[in-house]
Amino acid sequence: MGKENEFYTRLENKGVTRRDFMKFCTLLTATMGLSSSFIPKVAEVFAAPKQRPSVVWLHFGECTGCSEAMIRTMYPWTDELVLDILSVDYHEIIMAAAGQQAEEVLQSTIKKNAGEFICVVEGAIATANNGIYGKVGNRTFLEIAKDVCPKAKAVICQGTCSCFGGVQAAKPNPGGYKSVSEVLGIKTLNIPGCPPNPLNLIGTIVNYILLGKLPELDNLGRPLFAYGKTIHDQCPRRSHFENDEFVLEFGSQEAIMGFCLYKLGCRGPETYNNCPTAKFNGGTSWPIQAGHPCIGCSQPGFWDEMSPFYKEM
Amino acid sequence: MRAVENAVGVKIPENARLIRNLLHGAQFQHDHIIHFYHLHAFDWVDILSALKADPAKTAALSDNVTNAPWGGTAYFKTVLQRIQTFVDSGQLGIFANAYWGHSAYKLPPEANLMAAAHYIEALRLQAKAAKMHAIFGGKNPHLQSLVVGGITSVQDLNPDRLAQFLYLWKETQDFVNNVYIPDLLAVASFYKDWGAIGGTSNFMAWGEFPQNENEPDSLYMPRGYIQKRDVAKIQAADQQKVAEHVKFGWYAEGKPKHPFEGETKPNPGDYKPDGGKYTWFKAPRYDGEACEVGPLARVLIAYGKNHKDIKPLVDSTLKKLDIPVTALFSTLGRTAARGLETAAIGNAMEGWIMQLFDNVKKGDLTTYQSWKMPKSAQGVGLNDVPRGSLGHWIRIENEKIKNYQYVVPSTWNLGPRCEKGIPGPLEEALIGTPVADAKRPLEILRTVHSFDPCIACGVHVIDPASNAVYKIRAI
Repeated sequence: MGKENEFYTRLENKGVTRRDFMKFCTLLTATMGLSSSFIPKVAEVFAAPKQRPSVVWLHFGECTGCSEAMIRTMYPWTDELVLDILSVDYHEIIMAAAGQQAEEVLQSTIKKNAGEFICVVEGAIATANNGIYGKVGNRTFLEIAKDVCPKAKAVICQGTCSCFGGVQAAKPNPGGYKSVSEVLGIKTLNIPGCPPNPLNLIGTIVNYILLGKLPELDNLGRPLFAYGKTIHDQCPRRSHFENDEFVLEFGSQEAIMGFCLYKLGCRGPETYNNCPTAKFNGGTSWPIQAGHPCIGCSQPGFWDEMSPFYKEM
Repeated sequence: MRAVENAVGVKIPENARLIRNLLHGAQFQHDHIIHFYHLHAFDWVDILSALKADPAKTAALSDNVTNAPWGGTAYFKTVLQRIQTFVDSGQLGIFANAYWGHSAYKLPPEANLMAAAHYIEALRLQAKAAKMHAIFGGKNPHLQSLVVGGITSVQDLNPDRLAQFLYLWKETQDFVNNVYIPDLLAVASFYKDWGAIGGTSNFMAWGEFPQNENEPDSLYMPRGYIQKRDVAKIQAADQQKVAEHVKFGWYAEGKPKHPFEGETKPNPGDYKPDGGKYTWFKAPRYDGEACEVGPLARVLIAYGKNHKDIKPLVDSTLKKLDIPVTALFSTLGRTAARGLETAAIGNAMEGWIMQLFDNVKKGDLTTYQSWKMPKSAQGVGLNDVPRGSLGHWIRIENEKIKNYQYVVPSTWNLGPRCEKGIPGPLEEALIGTPVADAKRPLEILRTVHSFDPCIACGVHVIDPASNAVYKIRAI
């Protein structure tokens, strides 16, 4: 109890109210599919560590959309994540150091925290011509991945590119881009999406700290709490599908009435994700709510397999 | 999308145009706030110096220069305590190993603490601002409601969602007017010497925000071209004068080509900065000239055209800072222009929201115009995005894409030398930059970051004494 009080005092010093904090823990517990009895335990995750878990976030062949999505988190806010909860020791976009100074930080972090840090990877890895298509600081993505990933306690792939190759690996793929697990031959925890919902990464990390293990995964390495059901099975427009009520053209009366988007090419039936329940940007919306068919962005090979996007499956 | 709409010959309905303008306006607000506070601020702000600040004096400074809705001694004491706790933990995370304590930092501790507090506030504000995108775009980033012919979020075109958008717009724009612009002026007043460093010569903008279906005439941020800093003579910008050079890029050899004829044939090799190929960028040129694109280009073109909102904003800013108009051609000018256009575009958004309210009131929910794919066609889509001019060129044959090329802001600004060996804007801007300590080239980062580069790029600094080459990566 003493520890808990101390924790809340610490939080309040940081400008976080106990109420806000519990709200976040409740939301996160629900997203992770845990019962409400876990809420105090989730809270404990953030109370316990005096030493914040070290995170190394690598950028390979990507558009930075996954990082952008991550900093849109509202439960908790990004400043809480980077100042109070985690120690984000290397992240090219948000770290203040640049160039040589940044690379020094990477090397010292993976040495000091070997076997302890969480490695998050954003982007696919170029393999053609020994990886010459993609470099950071004149080192290929391939070299960096081989150097850093094996030293991590866990490798989490954030976004479809690091999970499955993404747009980089779409045909004709001149750079020979591949997913992290294909390149390194290791099992990665995959949080696909273009971009993924930040809640799914936060839920995974909390699960990891809370239970001391990674969440249960499907055969593609995706946490079941987020990727256990299809979009179609959770879709609020599902009854229209059952009733044969379809949108045949954008902007039509059927679109205004929110009918099913299946005939405009919706990939909801074969896409596993929690978009309909978690929604994006603090629960504001998600693609089907905005009247656009699901394009299957969290499935392997979606650029090749799911397109042309507007053609019925 | 605009390129395809141009190719298939579809005109989008007014509601679709307004919603696209609002989504893009929100993008400018959001992007520029993130750039200033999270990608550029620490080039000017020394967060470790903030630890020496007096919270009461910081509160007084804040009251004096901003209209921020937060402040006071207790507030700054809490922020200071939070930074101190963070530093005391010994885990410096994203702040480790930067150039703290560098002699080129000029702000007093109180200004540094105020900026650090606003860094945190802006991190929260940007997450809220991004909700504007989610309202009409499903999510941010990577909106998913934009289609050839209009937009798909017709169900969200209702008074509730519009009110939610209006509220978020207001909160964001209040931040721009009451915090961002005052912070910009406060920081700039300590770095006026940067009004003579980091300038370029030629500027181009395709322009953005059509106010009706006539483009480019109705664009809120106008289209134009400035040659050799001649702001008094804004020339028309014509997409036919664009060509991309590949001499120094890792592509198959070839003559400069207009994007309709453009090719992308990778020819990877080693990094050879001395006369050989050294980048994945092509070098875009306008009428043979390297052009800076982005906030400074847009603001200069609007200024030269006596823009009703931009002209007075620029004039009053120059007056407040007591600097001449020539100081705009600089790193300081570039960073200031970004803030000023955020204010202007953000203010213009209110009118677009009100027009949407009017249309909904009249019962007009038209958001999409149907169209047919022709057997063959070609189209161009030109606009300006936060980082600068963006052009897409498409050729369609047998209802399929025959060729697709785009020329993006960061290749205009950071691209390599052209066939004639003329440097691109960033290279031109860096020439003559004073560097106090070649091993810690903070000054270089200032100019590189002022372009808001969208890529990881390589910059070299040569120490004239030892001739040692230091590599700096700019993000």
